[in-house]
Amino acid sequence: MQAAGATALERSAAPMLLARDLRLERGSRAIINGLSFTVESGQTLVLRGSNGSGKTSLLRILAGLSLPDKGAVAWRGETLKALSATWRNAVLYLGHTNALKEDFTAQENLRDALLIDGMTITPAVQMSALEKVGLLDRRNVLARRLSQGQKRRVGLARLALALAHHPYKPLWLLDEPTNALDEKGVSLFTGLISEHLNRGGIACIATHLILNLAAPVTELNLDDMAELAK
Amino acid sequence: MNSSPMTTGQHEQSGFAAERGFLVAFARDAKLAARSKGEVIQALAFFVIVVSLFPLAIGPESALLKRIAPGVVWVAALLSVLLTLPRILANDHADGTLEQLALSVYPLPLIVAGKIVAHWLMTGLPLALLSPVLGLQFGLESRELGVMFASLMLGTPVLSLIGSIGAALTLGVRGGSILLALLVLPLYIPVLIFGAGAVEQAMAGIDAAANLSLLGAILLLGGLVVPFAVAVAVKISLD
Amino acid sequence: MYRTEMSLFKYSSPALFFPLAGKMLPWFSALAVIFGAIGLYLGLVVAPEDFQQGEVYRIIFIHVPTAWMAMFIYLVMAMYGVMALTFNTRLSAMMMEALAPTGAIFTVLALWTGALWGRPTWGTYWAWDARMTSTLILLFLYVGYIALINAIEDKKRADKAGALLVIVGSVNVPIIYFSVKWWNTLHQGSSVSMTASPKMAAIMLWAMLAMAIGCWMYAIAVSLARVRAIIRERERDRASGQARNARYETDPANAVAGS
Repeated sequence: MQAAGATALERSAAPMLLARDLRLERGSRAIINGLSFTVESGQTLVLRGSNGSGKTSLLRILAGLSLPDKGAVAWRGETLKALSATWRNAVLYLGHTNALKEDFTAQENLRDALLIDGMTITPAVQMSALEKVGLLDRRNVLARRLSQGQKRRVGLARLALALAHHPYKPLWLLDEPTNALDEKGVSLFTGLISEHLNRGGIACIATHLILNLAAPVTELNLDDMAELAK
Repeated sequence: MNSSPMTTGQHEQSGFAAERGFLVAFARDAKLAARSKGEVIQALAFFVIVVSLFPLAIGPESALLKRIAPGVVWVAALLSVLLTLPRILANDHADGTLEQLALSVYPLPLIVAGKIVAHWLMTGLPLALLSPVLGLQFGLESRELGVMFASLMLGTPVLSLIGSIGAALTLGVRGGSILLALLVLPLYIPVLIFGAGAVEQAMAGIDAAANLSLLGAILLLGGLVVPFAVAVAVKISLD
Repeated sequence: MYRTEMSLFKYSSPALFFPLAGKMLPWFSALAVIFGAIGLYLGLVVAPEDFQQGEVYRIIFIHVPTAWMAMFIYLVMAMYGVMALTFNTRLSAMMMEALAPTGAIFTVLALWTGALWGRPTWGTYWAWDARMTSTLILLFLYVGYIALINAIEDKKRADKAGALLVIVGSVNVPIIYFSVKWWNTLHQGSSVSMTASPKMAAIMLWAMLAMAIGCWMYAIAVSLARVRAIIRERERDRASGQARNARYETDPANAVAGS
């Protein structure tokens, strides 16, 4: 599996994602201070922490949506400014909201998300992804009528399609991706992540779940900041 | 997990068409608006009601009504567009799609431009199309109606453009709608002056071309510059 | 690399600027008082009575400098706005916040004195004259900025949003001025001609100049005082937060207590 999709990115020895001395203030207090870490190709960073500990804020910084108050984030040795083109081409971000338009059907939402990601994928292939995440028979239902779990699964379909697409988005930033997912949904999700890591991608996941991944997982507990537990 | 069937034949990595971002955003917003036609009609109804209030407040004296018609129609158009401004970005901000748009492979200014054009099609254009009917109620002649239509066609896109800056800056801010009016209305004044001025000149039998070309100039300049400002404002609001 | 950045933007750090502003404050206050006193003395006592308007014209010694400052401060804010967005300097945004109330007050003063001057001279408090109308719009722009930065809770976002708004506003200011002038010529009747103002004797010019400098110094002094208050407020907010690092332990609030 790995050989088929082997790209320069998998062979590269450069550190993929690097965060240096990050400081993040919310209102008047710092919720993250002096945080540094690196995530290599094929690795997962799992963000833990209580509500309000800054998991979402940290993911948004890694996504380039917001700037840290201090410190920097680098991608393959290149320090990134917020929302630069390199960044946007590398990142796939699933926020804590589902980013679905209530007035669009599941399939329309998926199609639009792919268009925004710059992925050209034929309807037939989209359909197979919807089938994979168990939304095939719900594909023409408006998002407002989908259950929370089904809404989350539209996001999973996006991940599934991203896996097969070229150019590949190597940096996945996922905010509570398993929220509202049932057991089957969770195993589907871990399957997608495993495949992504096998391809040499990076995943940063904010979650409360213990993920069953074969690949090495770096856990970062934001409650006791700046401590990297392996 | 065999990935081969999922791969499409077309690899667009090189020669990647950035301007597609405009079309993607435009098509998406146009389709969304088509799904909620009610909102488009509401803005139009608001426009008609506000214009109809003036004869009721001032009295039906036709000479006076004709004199104030350009100003009334233009102020009403301005307020109608103002009320629809949150639609450009606020919904996308609330459901998280604005973040996805900001992270899109396409440049944000182009995406924003697509959204602004879609917004104009759903608000400014219907207002301009409806304006001759309202002008008739105020006793305007056909030439004056034509100038009014032209002034709204050139002016309302500017209202969408400038308004989207305010809409982007006030995303998620408490008391946003009044604040938005406070920010945007002063910036609307030149458009109001040139727009209503064009109709007044037509009514005075003077060529309205000067006013209309000034509106056109503002539109050209705004169309080139404003999407970049809105993109910056969106990034500020997402930060 | 860090070192050069430090020297280039040394005083753009609020913590470093705080004591500097404190040192400059008395000087600018003194200059404001001195030039204000000279200007008022020359304008109200020394300058001769105008043969057309009598004593009432003397209000121009307040009116004209405040009108200048109203415009000027907005442009200064726009320049700080450009700095705030391009160099990401917090102090520039704080200066904008400090300048805005002063600019708004000068705008109100210009309108107010204009009305007081207009009544005896042209028989009306308010005419929809091009200058007065555009000054009124300028006041709206100030109000919009102040409302925006106060409505946004997150200070960083408020700083940047305010900066962008003022830049957009300043690009619009010439267009607004031009359009209002255009509108004014379109609708004949309510034009208040500045050529009706008295011919300037040399002494009047000196008085005007002194008042303008006095207003300028006042604006600087007041905004320095206000920016110190803003820095103190923000640093105090920060200090009340949980995490502190060494950089913020040089708390300007202590410097104030000591001075």
